[in-house]
Amino acid sequence: MSKGNLTRKEIAEAINNQLGYAQNTCTALVDSFLDGMKSSLLDNDSIKFVHFGTFLVRDKNSRRGRNPRTGETITIKPRQMITFRPSKKLRDLVNK
Amino acid sequence: MNKSELIESLSEKINISHREAAAITNTIIDSMAKALTRGENIEIRGFGSFVIKDYNSYEGRNPKSGKKIKVKPKKLPFFKVGKDLRERVNKGK
Repeated sequence: MSKGNLTRKEIAEAINNQLGYAQNTCTALVDSFLDGMKSSLLDNDSIKFVHFGTFLVRDKNSRRGRNPRTGETITIKPRQMITFRPSKKLRDLVNK
Repeated sequence: MNKSELIESLSEKINISHREAAAITNTIIDSMAKALTRGENIEIRGFGSFVIKDYNSYEGRNPKSGKKIKVKPKKLPFFKVGKDLRERVNKGK
């Protein structure tokens, strides 16, 4: 596997190597998998992978912010964001 | 949602067996975990990216006892959600 960044391409190659599907099938499989994750998150449903981590959809309250360029005070509307909390196992692996 | 529910929905959506969907899901998560373990970053367009952040040692406090402790330097995977997904999550409300 190539050194550096892991992208959809390298993940597809891993499926190709380990499970033997054709390369373009693998790309489609990665996309289907990611689509499934996205639609869960868009439904406000968090995703938990044991031994990897949890993708959480979190509600952020509105708050007062400032435009850093003009210094103007603005109200930031309530919004949602996705955060990732790595599992203990992944944190340990990364620090090995 | 947990992994087995995601596997179930993948197998239904693209009409493959549960076993195949499980093998695919595990391979994807495994390749991501391995990349992070090697210190590589992950960049998935339309979804987000993971970078390994280095943290220096710092003086922390035990939140329960209030005692000062020294936190050793550590690395943590940090996920940054992609612009497209970030915007779509917000429109949901």
